[in-house]
Amino acid sequence: MTHRSDRILDVRALARVEGEGAMHVRVRGDSVEDVRLDIYEPPRFFEAFLRGRRYTEPPDITARICGICPVAYQMSACAAIEDACGVPVDGPIADLRRLLYCGEWIESHTLHIYLLHAPDFLGYPSALELAKDRRGIVERGLALKKAGNEIMELIGGRAIHPINVRLGGFYRAPVKEDLAALGRTLRVALDQALDTVQWVAGFDFPDFHHDHELLALVAPGTYAIERGDVATTGGPTFPPRQFEDHVIEEQVPHSTALHARLAGRGRYLVGPAARYTLNRQWLSPLARQAADAAGLGDECRNPYRSILVRAVEVVYAVDEALRLIEEYEPPDRPALEVPPRAGVGFGATEAPRGALFHRYGVDADGLITSARIVPPTSQNQASIEDDLRRFVGARLDLDDKRLTAQCEQAIRNYDPCISCSTHFLDLTVDRE
Amino acid sequence: MTDEHANLPTLAVWKFASCDGCQLTLLDCEDELLPLAGRVRIAHFLEASRQALAGPYDISLVEGSITTPEDAERIHRVRDLSRTLVTIGACATAGGVQALRNFADIDEFRSVVYAHPEYVSTLATSTPIAAHVDVDYELHGCPIDRRQLLEVITALLIGRRPNIPAHSVCFECKQRHTVCVVVAHGTPCLGPVTHAGCGALCPAHHRGCYGCFGPMESPNAGAQAGLLRATGMSEADVVRAYRTFNAGAPAFVELSQVTVGPPPGAGPREHQPGEARP
Repeated sequence: MTHRSDRILDVRALARVEGEGAMHVRVRGDSVEDVRLDIYEPPRFFEAFLRGRRYTEPPDITARICGICPVAYQMSACAAIEDACGVPVDGPIADLRRLLYCGEWIESHTLHIYLLHAPDFLGYPSALELAKDRRGIVERGLALKKAGNEIMELIGGRAIHPINVRLGGFYRAPVKEDLAALGRTLRVALDQALDTVQWVAGFDFPDFHHDHELLALVAPGTYAIERGDVATTGGPTFPPRQFEDHVIEEQVPHSTALHARLAGRGRYLVGPAARYTLNRQWLSPLARQAADAAGLGDECRNPYRSILVRAVEVVYAVDEALRLIEEYEPPDRPALEVPPRAGVGFGATEAPRGALFHRYGVDADGLITSARIVPPTSQNQASIEDDLRRFVGARLDLDDKRLTAQCEQAIRNYDPCISCSTHFLDLTVDRE
Repeated sequence: MTDEHANLPTLAVWKFASCDGCQLTLLDCEDELLPLAGRVRIAHFLEASRQALAGPYDISLVEGSITTPEDAERIHRVRDLSRTLVTIGACATAGGVQALRNFADIDEFRSVVYAHPEYVSTLATSTPIAAHVDVDYELHGCPIDRRQLLEVITALLIGRRPNIPAHSVCFECKQRHTVCVVVAHGTPCLGPVTHAGCGALCPAHHRGCYGCFGPMESPNAGAQAGLLRATGMSEADVVRAYRTFNAGAPAFVELSQVTVGPPPGAGPREHQPGEARP
């Protein structure tokens, strides 16, 4: 071992993640003393200013929490408020929501795979540098991402912050002919998605395993996206309305960041690996076949291989979008009426980065009285830090530069969405 | 990095309080991204690259609003490093949705969201970039429009003024032959007072414009107030309609305070705040 006895690794601004954060690792001798993923993204107070808004507004407003996964916010908000008002939405409108959500999974996962994460595995600082050597690969990624955005534009009206989503459904439902061209794009995208799995499967994955409990929605019969009950690998399955009985937020001593933990059991992980492990049997045959060919087993416990799960989920999302388009019959009305009713509603859906929980209180006049939003990245914080602690401990013989770069890659395994998670986190970090 | 690249104009992208959606718009230029990367040197863009080159930068795109004491200082450093500074999106040009704090008690907001509000460093206001430093060009929208972004970048690269119209969403509705949702269905719509740029998406989807591109130049406040009240909106509804993603834009603040004048033809009336004088 040639390392110095005291070392501090600092990444003052994490690159290729959504939002702004920093990493601090302190090593003394052979032990890792402190690992912190600090978020200096400023707070934006969504839960505070949602109070007093009309109950119809959270889908548009909470979309602005994140430009990369706005549909996740829109769908969890709709589910929670429709729950409060006692108007369940199913049938063709629910199918159309699922189709829109498939678009977001394709767009967000492909962005992460090609533009944010693959450069780590291939030794490039960015996809633009990668494109200088392997232009065709990056072009394939951009084309696949564009296919996801085309779904978002057609069903949602806009790729970022879709405008066509409302309580009860949509402002305008597409006609069958609208979807025909989309189907043609998606059939090409399916090949690109399968090629992506094959490409990613050839990456060199560090040997690393975690034992975090995994949490994802499950909806037997289908790979859960826009609805489901909450399942964990170590405990009971429960409906979204019991989320706050099982998930508690704790303050940890080294930081003012609130970490979500499972009551009585501790840290856990949401996201593609959790979904895959809890839902693998519900993947489409084609996606399952791709997973098998890529060497993914029954579960994914190596965070580095989450990029592979994302690639498989893109295959699934394209395949599922094609099925939904094939079977699409326009609903009689694009949206159900959702009259206001005093009550509390709960909604959870699978954002690309993992389960996203919303709760709203609504009064009889249809004004929001309270709002609570639990985004995936804040749930993953404790597990990310734990991974980093063990990861650094096993690699103290690397020089600072290499170790720091590898820590960054380890953080990017989780595709952290920092704009989403900011309101749980410490904001006292000095910055350049 | 090749020599050929070393001579290209440099582009930097900066983020303040925001959702990342406007800088994502650059990555959403799937067909144009690689050709663009051959025309500019992307020198600082943390969302896309861990390689950050030292400034100064020829063009800086700034996303997000100023909400912390640290960011109020950082924007000056960004300005100093930038030859041309372009703000992108509703947060950077009008304070964004987080400017809703400007109408509220920040301490109360803090205590609602945080268990330990005393640790949270934040300003009582969310302000646009232009409130802190000189801005060369502003691009509106929540999010910005991809075509407008490409227009601005390409115009700046060849040294001409970007062609971004300042008229209202109503013009875009007419251009795409969309039936007016107010006239045909009595749907409340901010189109007449909202800056063009989205291509009139909402009316084309049978909903009223909700103003995500912020105010157009010189909106007719009195006429718009009458239009909104005629669709059945209450005073509270009107205030909420203007207080969304461009809540901090002065013209929307004024529009939210304008009450309805007498109907057309009822004789001369008082000039309304925010209304252009004849």
